[in-house]
Amino acid sequence: MFKKFTKEDIHSRSKVKSSVQRTLKSKLVAQFPPLEEVIDELIPKKSQIELIKCEDKIQLYTVDGEVYFFQKFDELIPSLKFVHKFPKAFPTVQVDRGAIKFVLSGANIMCPGLTSPGAALPEAPGYEKDSIVVINAENKEHSLAIGKLLMSTEDIKSINKGHGIEMIHHLGDPLWNFSIE
Amino acid sequence: MSGLQSVLYCGVCTYPIEYCEFSGKLKRCKKWLLDNHPDIYPKYYSNDSKDDELPAVDSSIGVEREEKLEKSLKKLELKEENKEKRELEKKLSSKIIIKRESRTKRKSIVVISGLEILEIDMKKLAKTFASKFATGCAVSKNAEKKDDIVIQGDVLDQMDSYIHGLLEQHGLKNVKVEIIDNSKKKKAEAPKPTK
Ligand SMILES: [Zn+2]
Repeated sequence: MFKKFTKEDIHSRSKVKSSVQRTLKSKLVAQFPPLEEVIDELIPKKSQIELIKCEDKIQLYTVDGEVYFFQKFDELIPSLKFVHKFPKAFPTVQVDRGAIKFVLSGANIMCPGLTSPGAALPEAPGYEKDSIVVINAENKEHSLAIGKLLMSTEDIKSINKGHGIEMIHHLGDPLWNFSIE
Repeated sequence: MSGLQSVLYCGVCTYPIEYCEFSGKLKRCKKWLLDNHPDIYPKYYSNDSKDDELPAVDSSIGVEREEKLEKSLKKLELKEENKEKRELEKKLSSKIIIKRESRTKRKSIVVISGLEILEIDMKKLAKTFASKFATGCAVSKNAEKKDDIVIQGDVLDQMDSYIHGLLEQHGLKNVKVEIIDNSKKKKAEAPKPTK
């Protein structure tokens, strides 16, 4: 999603009203319920969310110049830096060590990289197709990417071939390196 | 008590430090970690490890794939080093031009081009200049679509030494700085004593 993103893609910047800020926060909590206990710490009342509208209908939401989450369609997608602050709030899968370098190059994740001994998927019923998931890696502490399930986690286990996750955002991509004053 | 985590990101490759081995910059990453967080370093690397040695990890993917991975990471590192070398050479062979232009009889401006090799935000740099020289300063796109910095006032000489300082700070001491003074002629005519 951010493979070719640059500052040239920014169309406009604006501060969101406090009412909109409240709505965004409750939407985040609705999408990722465990955020409730920390949302006021993540985005304090006195902070200011800025909306950055970009090419391709991508909207970034920043706090203090750092992207916290973004959206292209209706759902809000957290940035990795945001996830790192409170990882347990997000549905998570794990790839094996062999998949890491492919993930970091921006490739979609193949099912076998999610089902091998070093990988991990949730137990049934797992996550539905189209869910946003955070991607961790074997023997690594922090997540390295965010993606969207192209099939349910149960299907990934049983079918076990082809693309399982569409890559959205990963360590080192232009969004990861993005910051603005 | 905060429920939030704070993650240590590598000062070289920007990844959480356990991913440095995949960045292609491992040698510099390790040096950075050792210099800045010597207490954390041993958690990831043995203290007597070679500078490009990967951290020791348990891996599920088997010896053969692990060896292959290690090889490809070494290759990535080499590629990254060569790229950096090429970029540095390119920078060193470029030049910065400081040009004085007269605007009216008495006023002149100074235009600096080629500063993009510093890889710093031009607007920020213009602000620094503005406050440093207490004058107006703006960024403007030149014919090559690159950013020039335009400063109001006759600051050519101060600029010259300031730019040299900046280059040195960025490890680019050897970049050439060329000075073009398009207002000299008029200046030479100017100091006629007025009675
Ligand atoms: Zn690093």
